[in-house]
Amino acid sequence: MEIGALFNLSILQATIRMATPLTFAALGGMFCERVGVINIGLEGIMLNSAFWAVVAAYFSGSSGIGFLVGVLSGMALGAILALFTVKYYADQIVIGTGINIFGLGCSAFMCQKIWGSRGASEAVAGLPSLSISFLDRIPYLGPLLNNHSILVYLSFLAFIFAHYFLFYTPWGLRLRAVGENPQSADTAGINVHRYKMIFVILGSTLAGLGGVFLSLAHLNFFAWGMTNGRGFIALAAMIFGKWTPIGCFLASLLFGFADALQMRIQTLGILPPQIILLLPYLITILVLAGLVGKATPPSDYKPYIKK
Amino acid sequence: MPEILQTIGLTKSFPGVLANDHIDLEIEEGEIHGLLGENGAGKSVLMSTIYGLYRPDEGKILIRGKEVVIDSPHTAIKYGIGMVHQNLTLVSSFRVWENIVLGKEIKKTLSLDERETLRKLEKLLTVANLEIDLRAKTGELSLGSQQRIEILKILYRGAEILIFDEPTTILTPQEVDQLINTFRSLKKEGKTIIFISHKLREIFAVCDRVTVLRKGRKVGTLPIEEATPEKLAEMMVGRKVLFSLPRGREPGEEIILKLEDIATSGEKKKVALQDINFTLHTGEILGIAGVEGNGQKELAELMVGLIKPQKGRIFFQGEDITFFSPKERIKRGIAHIPEDRLRRGVIGDFTVWENLIIGFEDQPPFVKGRFTFNHSFLKQFSSQKIEEFEIDAPGEDALVKNLSGGNQQKVVLARELSGNVVLLVASQPTRGLDIAATEYLRNKLLEIKNQGKGVILISADLDEIRSLSDRVLVLYEGKIMGELSPESDEYQFGLLMGGKSIDEVLA
Amino acid sequence: MKFSLKKSPSRFSILPEIIAILLAFFIGALLLLFSGYSPLVAFSALFRGAFGSRNAWGQTLTQATPILFTALAFLLTFRAGIFNIGVEGQFLMGAMASALAGVYFSGLPAPLHITLSLLLGGAMGALWGLIPALLKVYLGAHEVITTMMMSYIASYLTSYLVNYPFKAPGWVAQTEPVAQTALLPKILPPTQLSLSFIISLFLALLVSFFLFHTYLGFQIRAVGLNPEVAENRGIAIKNRQILAFLLSGLIAGIGGGGEILGVHGRFVDGFSPGYGWDGIAVSLVGKLHPGGCVLASILFGMLRAGGMTMTRVTKVPLDLSLIIQALVIILVSAPYFIKAVILRKRDF
Repeated sequence: MEIGALFNLSILQATIRMATPLTFAALGGMFCERVGVINIGLEGIMLNSAFWAVVAAYFSGSSGIGFLVGVLSGMALGAILALFTVKYYADQIVIGTGINIFGLGCSAFMCQKIWGSRGASEAVAGLPSLSISFLDRIPYLGPLLNNHSILVYLSFLAFIFAHYFLFYTPWGLRLRAVGENPQSADTAGINVHRYKMIFVILGSTLAGLGGVFLSLAHLNFFAWGMTNGRGFIALAAMIFGKWTPIGCFLASLLFGFADALQMRIQTLGILPPQIILLLPYLITILVLAGLVGKATPPSDYKPYIKK
Repeated sequence: MPEILQTIGLTKSFPGVLANDHIDLEIEEGEIHGLLGENGAGKSVLMSTIYGLYRPDEGKILIRGKEVVIDSPHTAIKYGIGMVHQNLTLVSSFRVWENIVLGKEIKKTLSLDERETLRKLEKLLTVANLEIDLRAKTGELSLGSQQRIEILKILYRGAEILIFDEPTTILTPQEVDQLINTFRSLKKEGKTIIFISHKLREIFAVCDRVTVLRKGRKVGTLPIEEATPEKLAEMMVGRKVLFSLPRGREPGEEIILKLEDIATSGEKKKVALQDINFTLHTGEILGIAGVEGNGQKELAELMVGLIKPQKGRIFFQGEDITFFSPKERIKRGIAHIPEDRLRRGVIGDFTVWENLIIGFEDQPPFVKGRFTFNHSFLKQFSSQKIEEFEIDAPGEDALVKNLSGGNQQKVVLARELSGNVVLLVASQPTRGLDIAATEYLRNKLLEIKNQGKGVILISADLDEIRSLSDRVLVLYEGKIMGELSPESDEYQFGLLMGGKSIDEVLA
Repeated sequence: MKFSLKKSPSRFSILPEIIAILLAFFIGALLLLFSGYSPLVAFSALFRGAFGSRNAWGQTLTQATPILFTALAFLLTFRAGIFNIGVEGQFLMGAMASALAGVYFSGLPAPLHITLSLLLGGAMGALWGLIPALLKVYLGAHEVITTMMMSYIASYLTSYLVNYPFKAPGWVAQTEPVAQTALLPKILPPTQLSLSFIISLFLALLVSFFLFHTYLGFQIRAVGLNPEVAENRGIAIKNRQILAFLLSGLIAGIGGGGEILGVHGRFVDGFSPGYGWDGIAVSLVGKLHPGGCVLASILFGMLRAGGMTMTRVTKVPLDLSLIIQALVIILVSAPYFIKAVILRKRDF
């Protein structure tokens, strides 16, 4: 077995694909943490959006509607997280855990209800891919970047815009102040609670897009627990990327590669599936272990309580 | 001249305390008005109410004769009121200009317009006669510079009335002089300044008039020409104030503690200590003076065993304890009153008795056998301590976070002084305490000294250091600049605290 | 701000928790209605399945047992300020170790075999907790992610072990049955309730004693509430954090072993429907006190046991239990929400 069977164009393309849900979720987590809320519930939000996107696509016949509903689901769960942690000062990790359990239970429950099976839904129309003609003329990079789902390109736009927004606009400045020193934002006349709520919801919506990718682009149906811990891997990517948009994207590429590698090894059949499946999680731990004392979060995750 | 700001009958109370009791305040336009009073007199609450951080229970606020309702700092700023707080509210990762314009940014379409912002701010700097590097990263600047950012923040928003809440606590004497010059420049520009302080010499240095508050009430307002330190002090405290405490006996010959050529590294936001050499004798209070942030915290942590030196040795009663852990030092009789009691001194969610035993819980008679608590002994121990230290609490099962600051500090003291204490390291022990608690604590320190033990008193309050210590060392940027006697001229202290070496000072 | 843990039993208020549970059921009922099921029929089946008969009780307590183990495990680390959400993984690894010890050790008298198997399970669980502990304490790696990852790894690892090297012949992915001498006696035949339940109660007492009557427990609580003060007073923070993690893994591992030796008699792939997650919820509902955990675990055991009956009788998916559980977690941890919106109290 040559090394070429493992490392070639298709695995790099798979890397870009598998990085996409992580990019969305990592960006989402980043926005939440940048305003001071640690979003442990990314996993549940992704799963929930993945599910409802399929439901909507199934009943409407349109993947576009599925996409919209997936977005709305992310917003809804984000609103719950925001409400409970920002307005009612609940413990962020606990609420996030609750959201994860809810995502799992709700999707399985409704899947059973709608399709009679807890394991998987029926197939639906997937989201289209985009073909950019001029890319075909660029050697190596062209085929690598071409013909991906529109969500892949959307993820590129997302992190680029997030970078601009965070570091070059007044609202980005304000949201960073809200996270790093809410007192200073408050005395500057910024509505701290409003910023926190808005960006927790926005972050959750982004994470939801990651889920939509899994069920409408990567596959075209919903499977029980299909996020498989990606919400947590995204958190690791976010930390590894030092809570910056570009960092999140690059780290997601790394973890996406691990995911793609796992799938490739599985098709080659050289190891039992369970061993391969645990590789991304093992890599995540190794990555986290390598971040000795270098990760300083952008806020202290305490609720902001006006005196 | 019409009053630019006036309060009539302003009242504000919190659960259990009437912070402002029908205060009538009149501030004239263009004056520098001092607001004097002790901890708990109500100065900060009054100004915070005017600034919109609190809503008053009763009373009115008038600006140029017109009644206004100030429901948030945002509104206060609209009325031209700006406030520079004790705790700087700056984002350390931002550049100076970003901190100044936060919330009122200069935009070009959707982006921040850095060039235009810098241009506008440079103009503001010249008008206000202030100097700062607008592009610098805030977290890397000195506290004095950071304070200037706060001033620029409110000037940028068009403040006409500037309120300063104890601005000099974080400044060296030289920076205080600079601040006073800034006040004068601002006054020349027609601004009105309200200057909260508890330091008489600063009030006298710059104010036109001064109002004294005591226990939430206004005692009176005087033009500065008619005021004397004694009169103001009496108005502040309500009785004749003793400016010095009985000193007690002379220190002994025996050396308890010796630091030899100590140096620590300056990583993780800690100040690096260098060339630390000093000794402490029995029956002695050694004061460590200096503006906060010059290594005091690190020195305390070093003596207690939380950080280890890179160079040098520490000798305690003749034994080399340089690398001993906190636990081993506690066993040998080193006690510590940390500077931020709620964060480092007590566990708020633990009860009084639980707090009293932290550090002792693994030894008999606190445990019987090897692991289990001896509850009857614990009960007896805590009742005894509560009585001995006059801790005012509903019972030993009360949660410490519900106690007042003074009582929390007493819990710390009671715990630290249990066991055979030979050396007490006290960091800012009276910070945030009311008069009664402060007196209690200071007397306790003298009592400990008179019992022949050693005390290292680290305090930013120079008066406290001078009235309690037998000798004083001044710390600046991690180095001991020199030793002075407590009777030395205050100006000499100021110079050492500002970075001059002892030779320059004594020359 | 009163969102601390109330230590004194005299100031014990469980009203917010009760309201949260009722509210969770109410929302669950709404969900049932919306999905075309009858809440009345579903819930009555649920309660019948949980408390309707001696057998039902047996089933409830059987389901409560592993949940109590994981709840105690989570509680221990939470008290140390650590969020060990990977108790499921420690539980699984303990189960596997106990199962293998039960299968492959022979010639031992029952009490010894059982004890040895359980202890090995506990040791394996402790080991599984040791890794995230060391990563956190010495490398600063956030335990939420590391324990989660370890949990996934445990899940796949045990699945691999039971599908390949230790698989018994046949279609089902399970190990050989454990020896008779390794089985925990049943205490309420014909239900599945085994000695494991008694062991869990005993551990609850032990944990309570440990936390509130020994100096180690005191130090662990101090570290969890204010590590700086603990450090100032000479408490070895890192040691205590690692200790909490080890004890937590130990308890979860014994719980896993108890489940194998008491209920299933062998390791079956996927035997745990997520007891680790239940444990977290139970810990929170139980106000992080062992006594509360006992009560709350019975509640959640009821949801699981009754849920199985409910599913059989009404075809309502078992996942409703998960949904109610999630709602309980969310609502229990937002006391201000309950107080402000439901009780309409102004000053809290």
